[in-house]
Amino acid sequence: MNSFSYTRAQEVDTAVREVTQDKAAKFIAGGTNILDLMKENVERPDRLVDITRLPLQQVESNPEGGLRLGALVSNADTAYHPEVIERYPLLSKTILAGASAQLRNMATDGGNLFQRTRCYYFYDTATPCNKREPGSGCSAINGYNRIHAILGTSEQCIATHPSDMCVALAALDAVVNVKGPEGERQIKFEDFHRLPGNEPQYDNTVKTGEIVTSIDLPAEGFAKNYTYLKLRDRASYAFALVSVAVGLDLDGDTVREARVALGGVAHKPWRKPEAEALLKGQKATKENFRKVADALLQGAKGFGSNTFKIELAHRAIVRALVMATEMKKK
Amino acid sequence: MTATTYVGKPTSRVDGRAKVTGEAKYAAEFNTPGLTYGYVLSSAIAKGKIKKIDASDALSLDGVLQIFTHENAPRPAYFDRKFKDDDSVAGSPFKPLYDAEIKFSQQPIGLVVADSFEVARYAASLVKVEYEAEQPDTNLRRKPKGHKAPKGKTGFVPPKDRGNADKAFKNAEVQFEAEYFHMPEHHNPMEMFASTVIMEEDGKLKIYDKTQGAFNSQTYVTKVFGLSKEEARVINPYIGGGFGSGLRPQYQLYLAVMAALELKRSVRVVLTRQQMFSFGHRPGTLQTVALGAAQDGTLQSIKHEALAETSRFEEYTETVVNWSGMLYHCDNVKLGYYLRNLDLYTPLDMRAPGAATGIIATETALDELSYKLNIDPLELRLINYAEENEFEGKPFSSKALRECYHQGAEKFGWARRKPQPRSTREGTKLIGWGVATGMWDAQQQKAAAKANLSIDGKLVVGSGTADIGTGTYTAMTMIAAETLGLPLEDVTFKLGDTTLPQAPLQGGSWTVSSVGTAVQEACEAVGKKLLKMAKKMKNSPLSGASFEDVEFVEGKVQLKGDYASGVSIIEAMRQGEVNFIEEETTALPNFLKQMKYARNSHSAVFVEVEVDEDLGQICVRRVVSAIAGGRVISPKTARSQILGGVVWGISMALHEESVLDHNLGRFMNHNLAEYHVAVNADIHDIEVIFVEEHDDIVNPLGAKGLGEIGIVGVAAAVGNAIYHATGKRVRDFPITLDKLL
Amino acid sequence: MSSKVLTEPIGDVAVGLPPLQRVTLTINGAEKQLEVAPWTSLLDLLREYLDLTGTKKGCDHGQCGACTVLVDGKRINSCLTLAVMKDGCEITTVEGLSKGDQLHPVQEAFIEHDAFQCGYCTPGQICSAVGLINEGHAKTTDDIRELMSGNICRCGAYPGIVAAVEQALKVCQPNQ
Ligand SMILES: Cc1cc2nc3c(=O)[nH]c(=O)nc-3n(C[C@H](O)[C@H](O)[C@H](O)COP(=O)(O)OP(=O)(O)OC[C@H]3O[C@@H](n4cnc5c(N)ncnc54)[C@H](O)[C@@H]3O)c2cc1C
Ligand code: SF4
Ligand code: FES
Ligand code: FES
Repeated sequence: MNSFSYTRAQEVDTAVREVTQDKAAKFIAGGTNILDLMKENVERPDRLVDITRLPLQQVESNPEGGLRLGALVSNADTAYHPEVIERYPLLSKTILAGASAQLRNMATDGGNLFQRTRCYYFYDTATPCNKREPGSGCSAINGYNRIHAILGTSEQCIATHPSDMCVALAALDAVVNVKGPEGERQIKFEDFHRLPGNEPQYDNTVKTGEIVTSIDLPAEGFAKNYTYLKLRDRASYAFALVSVAVGLDLDGDTVREARVALGGVAHKPWRKPEAEALLKGQKATKENFRKVADALLQGAKGFGSNTFKIELAHRAIVRALVMATEMKKK
Repeated sequence: MTATTYVGKPTSRVDGRAKVTGEAKYAAEFNTPGLTYGYVLSSAIAKGKIKKIDASDALSLDGVLQIFTHENAPRPAYFDRKFKDDDSVAGSPFKPLYDAEIKFSQQPIGLVVADSFEVARYAASLVKVEYEAEQPDTNLRRKPKGHKAPKGKTGFVPPKDRGNADKAFKNAEVQFEAEYFHMPEHHNPMEMFASTVIMEEDGKLKIYDKTQGAFNSQTYVTKVFGLSKEEARVINPYIGGGFGSGLRPQYQLYLAVMAALELKRSVRVVLTRQQMFSFGHRPGTLQTVALGAAQDGTLQSIKHEALAETSRFEEYTETVVNWSGMLYHCDNVKLGYYLRNLDLYTPLDMRAPGAATGIIATETALDELSYKLNIDPLELRLINYAEENEFEGKPFSSKALRECYHQGAEKFGWARRKPQPRSTREGTKLIGWGVATGMWDAQQQKAAAKANLSIDGKLVVGSGTADIGTGTYTAMTMIAAETLGLPLEDVTFKLGDTTLPQAPLQGGSWTVSSVGTAVQEACEAVGKKLLKMAKKMKNSPLSGASFEDVEFVEGKVQLKGDYASGVSIIEAMRQGEVNFIEEETTALPNFLKQMKYARNSHSAVFVEVEVDEDLGQICVRRVVSAIAGGRVISPKTARSQILGGVVWGISMALHEESVLDHNLGRFMNHNLAEYHVAVNADIHDIEVIFVEEHDDIVNPLGAKGLGEIGIVGVAAAVGNAIYHATGKRVRDFPITLDKLL
Repeated sequence: MSSKVLTEPIGDVAVGLPPLQRVTLTINGAEKQLEVAPWTSLLDLLREYLDLTGTKKGCDHGQCGACTVLVDGKRINSCLTLAVMKDGCEITTVEGLSKGDQLHPVQEAFIEHDAFQCGYCTPGQICSAVGLINEGHAKTTDDIRELMSGNICRCGAYPGIVAAVEQALKVCQPNQ
């Protein structure tokens, strides 16, 4: 860990200013990702701006009839918030499938969006990695890539975004509110994370100095028929190999609307509206679910140790859709 | 039964309070004024040379005292033998910072010493190292050919054949042959390796080391650095898990002592979790097993061959295949054990070394054979029950394995098993049952103990053994208290200090048998003296009594069963005009008696798994482990030992693998997030059954040791259950979900 | 998919030591004014500067739970917490759970159920269990297993841990 200075911001504007002025400065919220990476010398900020005391701690209603999650609400408080449980059980379930109780108490909703890949090589400064050191090469492509992406990869990087929470946010069509040196803006969730392309060093589309102030959940929460299926190498406290968040709006056996987002398979939570549209007005059958899986996984490519994910994801999608469908019967 | 019999009764850990309050101190927790902190620099490459090290930026930091590298570090000893320790293997032990050569990834190449941990860590990040890298070879499977393993290590018995297994296999009515593989594993005790070396005013070193043998560390340090025993006291009162990783002195000890002597300061060196992947590990092995049997299930031929990895500088050996010659009755056995040198650090004994892995292959193959024969897998094991240890050609000192099979099967409900794979389903889940046998050695080593009974009835017993969580403190306290008939609260057991009488390394499950015997003998020696004094009393009710005639109960020595004859400790000592009695004894195994017998512990493990048919997710729902491990001294801690072993077996079967990137020759999942060990949610019902054996051959206590037997057989039983559930046989461990798709 | 250049990658930063900062922490009921460098984790502060070595370091990366302490009653990993960030907070470590000689019910239950072997994960398990009880979300045995999964026990004492937490849950009221 390098040497850095520390300041605690009391207002959003000062926080933004401090990080804008100093290119090597970073925000720190729960600290669960940035400190981990600083100890590995992967992140080396010269200043940390502590944003945990900013007044962004509320879960409140938003103008669209949905909920607004303050960026500094902890993952645990979000998951156990009565309104989240009631209206967005998918989000609650997804958060609780991630990390550990301790980490969820620390991690913030804003910070969760920014967590970086768990690629072994990214974490290990002794190895080449384009994301960590652009141009140094990608060790994973011809190396050990069990946890790596099968969709949206590039020749530069095959890392995944490791978050569970973000998979639900993607499925729910959340909107991220940010504030920066040039004022406020809203980022649709699908535009928040990016694919690696030729610049794998960038995980998302947030600009220097911008701070996430809150996350808006639209009114529709798919609270009746939903599921989050997370497949991993042990029963808990492990990142997803493949995960599937599903929200269904059903009319009897017929699907009015379907949302399917995948985790663990790409540099961002993976959604494909065309695939979801295949279910619109169709019966909720395994047969139809398989078509969705085919469409979602179109173009999927394995790299050796992760090739199994293609088949696993296919089965997981079908299963998750079945699970979500069957909820109403209970 | 009197109030002061403890052996065999559930007793809470005597060190429990220290552990739940945080008072128990581990190697990195002895703080001292002026302590400095060492941070280890690790090699980025696996093979090659260091071309240049630039530490100038790091050295310029305030608070950095020194940066040791091969360019400036002392070389206190030259000969290999100086670096040998009690668990060494054939070859040339690794010597830290001796030259520019890199032999394995994450090799320690420097030590930054600073006045705080944070400064040392920061300075380490500023050191620039240039290498000349060569392509390492770390892939055992790339060239599956090895050479015969040398003897080298104490206790290693090379495989030997009997009969003509090739011919018998060819002629057998039913043949089965398969190849098995399992990945290397790392011990990963929760406590990271650490040494706190305190430089005392007189220049002597007080060394708090994470080790499974304080004497082993002491011998190593004194030989390497040319110190006397008085100059290097090693202390390890608590060890945060070992599992074999502490059987050899690790490099943090060398580096901390080296820095302390050079800088004349107290130094602490703690490895990082990543660096916990830089020394010994359980070697991966590639094994083939061929079994030939008659239609009725009798085994006619067993062939078992293993290829294991070792480093380029040492030949690590463990007993992998010999078990196949011991587990079952069979006249024709052919065994082979080979090594291949790779660019890795030398492997290191890890819980039930060799058995945990070798028996996976044997017990899976036997299961596979059972389906071929259409014989219940438990039945097949009973058909081929070994009445004696045919590998050693000796009868067993005791063997209650048959009872383990019966009692385990009964508890588990094995009789209700449906023979067909895939015959039980609950929704999307397939349910399956599996069984396997486990086996381990029951050994006793030379050990010494000292007992001091004072006139107020307080007994202090000491032996320089260790408690890596095995319950040594508790078991020894119980043995001592019972031997002299004292309340547990009046007995203190001390361990983990080289100023105490010498005890062997804590490994191989021999602590209770070895140290326990020494403790018992030391206490008996005290008892004999006490009796002598009691007999001298006027009108002593004990006059004329021999030691065999008396017993010690509730603070008294009395004629057996005769409460009225009791003489109290105070009375006896007053008579003898002493305030305490102290005796030290060394207990040696009775080789003559033991030699004639094979001494082993056994287990029968029954497992129920649930496997998601489509997704391959596996849950071990139920385990029954029936153990024949001699006499159980401390049932509560003994049960925990077996539970822990079962958890290890499950973890081995389903999760654990240290994955190498062969391009880099580096273990890549070098952390606890990606090296998966079982977590709480992975573990469900586990039942432990102890089938007691009365065995006065293994040692006077009759205890066989339980540290390893709990893990052996579990992984195979899990794999066998998965087959029964799914009809899919996975011969590549761990069995992760992708292998079931 | 949008793909713009957004932030500058972090370059090398100047060599030097960080200044100390003043913080006030209440640790096990005692208020402490301290000067710490920003890079000191709460875990290292406890172990290396305050000699409160009951809290353990098993990974230093949030991957094991050995360092679990309670901050304002909530369980967290102290290895991934900067001490300066907890200015004004109340920290409870394993050393602060018992009342004099009277062990906390969770501690009692751990001894009774032999919920440990080497004891190295134990302080973290115990603080985690106290946090779990405070949270009040564990209703079933499986809930306990899941909610205690952030604490790895390499000795494999999980069956005892679950039994101990079950017992303690019955004894303790939430937020006690
Ligand atoms: C062992 C371990 C296991 C884990 N397992 C899982 C898992 O299974 N599933 C899962 O989803 N996650 C998992 N996590 C990750 C965890 O969820 C994230 O680390 C956490 O959500 C990050 O939040 P934080 O508040 O701690 O972020 P921090 O570490 O404080 O910050 C992360 C980054 O975000 C930036 N940042 C933070 N807040 C803002 C903001 N408001 N605006 C702009 N930038 C901001 C910071 O500058 C920093 O670069 C695990 C973590 C660990 C250590
Ligand atoms: S996959 Fe991406 S993060 Fe991993 S090594 Fe390649 S470039 Fe780096
Ligand atoms: S030391 Fe903090 S989680 Fe392991
Ligand atoms: S008791 Fe040893 S790690 Fe849990």
